[in-house]
Amino acid sequence: MTLPPIILAEAALGVLLTALAALTLGGQGALVTALVFAVWIAGTACNIWLVGRVGGAAAGIAPLVLGGTILVMWEIAVRGYGVSGVILPPPTAIAAKIATSVSILWEDFVQTVIKGALSGYAIGCIAALVTAVIVDRFDFLRRGLLPVGNFVAALPVIGIAPILVMWFGFDWQSKAAVVVVMVFFPMLVNAVEGLRATEPMQRDLMRTYAAGYWSGLVKLRLPAALPFIFNGLKIASTLALIGAIVAEFFGSPIRGMGFRISTSVGLLALDLVWAEIVVAAITGSAFYGAIALIEKRMTFWHPSQRGRG
Amino acid sequence: MKNILPVLTVILALLVVWYASAFQLNKQWALDMAARQDRTMTTPQLIADTWAQDKPKLPAPHQIVVELWNTVALKKVTSKRSLVYHAWVTLSATLAGFGLGTVLGISLAVGIVYSRVMDRSVMPWVIASQTIPILAIAPMIIVVLNAVGVSGLLPKALISMYLSFFPIVVGMVKGLRSPSRMELDQMRTWNASGAQEFARLRLPASMPYLFASLKIAMAASLVGAIVGELPTGAVAGLGARLLAGSYYGQTIQIWSALFMAAAVAAAAVGLIGLIQRATLKRMGLDR
Repeated sequence: MTLPPIILAEAALGVLLTALAALTLGGQGALVTALVFAVWIAGTACNIWLVGRVGGAAAGIAPLVLGGTILVMWEIAVRGYGVSGVILPPPTAIAAKIATSVSILWEDFVQTVIKGALSGYAIGCIAALVTAVIVDRFDFLRRGLLPVGNFVAALPVIGIAPILVMWFGFDWQSKAAVVVVMVFFPMLVNAVEGLRATEPMQRDLMRTYAAGYWSGLVKLRLPAALPFIFNGLKIASTLALIGAIVAEFFGSPIRGMGFRISTSVGLLALDLVWAEIVVAAITGSAFYGAIALIEKRMTFWHPSQRGRG
Repeated sequence: MKNILPVLTVILALLVVWYASAFQLNKQWALDMAARQDRTMTTPQLIADTWAQDKPKLPAPHQIVVELWNTVALKKVTSKRSLVYHAWVTLSATLAGFGLGTVLGISLAVGIVYSRVMDRSVMPWVIASQTIPILAIAPMIIVVLNAVGVSGLLPKALISMYLSFFPIVVGMVKGLRSPSRMELDQMRTWNASGAQEFARLRLPASMPYLFASLKIAMAASLVGAIVGELPTGAVAGLGARLLAGSYYGQTIQIWSALFMAAAVAAAAVGLIGLIQRATLKRMGLDR
């Protein structure tokens, strides 16, 4: 049996860095480096076995194995090299911090995600959808707004955060406003594109059914636009969280994830910062996953969703 | 260019709305000032005042243009008060991050396409990595890297890299997999080696996808650089201008920095578009 090239490459890198650590850091450094690489190689081997042998359902575990491997490597490295908690706390310390500060995390979650991000997300996406229908109705508007919208979607929109904080005050309303502006254009561009996704043949068929504009819109063009709309909703979901958190850097009441992150960095309380990051990451993934799940339910007919079990 | 008329109409409409909103938003302050000084204002006076305030809630477009002209054309490029200087600080971090992100993205994509294990274990994390609001932890990265002794361009470039590698991985994986079974079989009948298959079929086939991704990555990279400048204490760069402007209520300065950022983004993305057109034309792939 020959070893897979990935394992060989990892082992070679491991030996090299261990030797380097032995020279620069001494015995303990070398031991830690060797241990880190041993964990990495074990994790990779486990994944190779999982993907090759079991396949199917077990393949879903492969990313979890990789994640676990990275966490263990992180823990060993931080403790072994004696990295200060001010620079990078080990995963167990972060977990302990999460356990002891649930109330703070929850307060920040409500302030930033539920009040700021979600309300802005809803307003922005609905406004963009309505605008898209209007824009689609009038070709002149479409030809004029779409290039402008595409342009704005590529701009660093986050830069208007300080202005909106100035206009709407420090509380969650200004964060929601930033989110509205951030999600509006990607959503608009996708929705307009989607509303044009029907073929002339299909539209002609609706016309032979004597369908008016509205029934054509509701029964043919909106459903046909759903894959594009969901694409926009997914892009907007990550933007919404980023917008709400970054807007808090420009001023906020004394709660909120962005506020906590920026003040805790100043206090060198990095375990709390990482706790907030974990919450943000889980929230972001859950938000994205939820939209992907709804998409799967609603656009089961689309080629990209078929044949994926 | 049949779109020019509609686009101009939309821009004109935006300008009209802008002037109207500037009047509406700045009116209160002007009226308060007048009341305090015990004088009344006629409507034309009021309008003129709302469009020419020092620290308006919403500056009128021409105020921003004047500010841009003052800071771009009338200042020496090396001066710290020149917007060109700040734009260059941001742009250099953007380009460094964009370069690093492109290299990382393409190598990851090649790994994912050629290794089933990487496809299964790394790809989900590439996607998950983007649900983490990296911009939110940008300040921490900057501060921590500063503590370790890394400062200046690199921390910002790292944030830009994190934001820009994702679209490139996704686009390149799609692009490298775009050759059909038939084309791959054809390469095999020609007895092509793995490297030849990569260089002569997969890589050229991925170019349209690569360029589409590069544009998105460049825009994301600029956002990363700007946000990366926020926590450094407003030293230099467009992000620092934004932060300083928001501290001191200098709305005109904020807006001019925003417009500069927009111009930089448009120029960078436009440049990629030009390279794309030239490359695809030489490859015979343009439509």
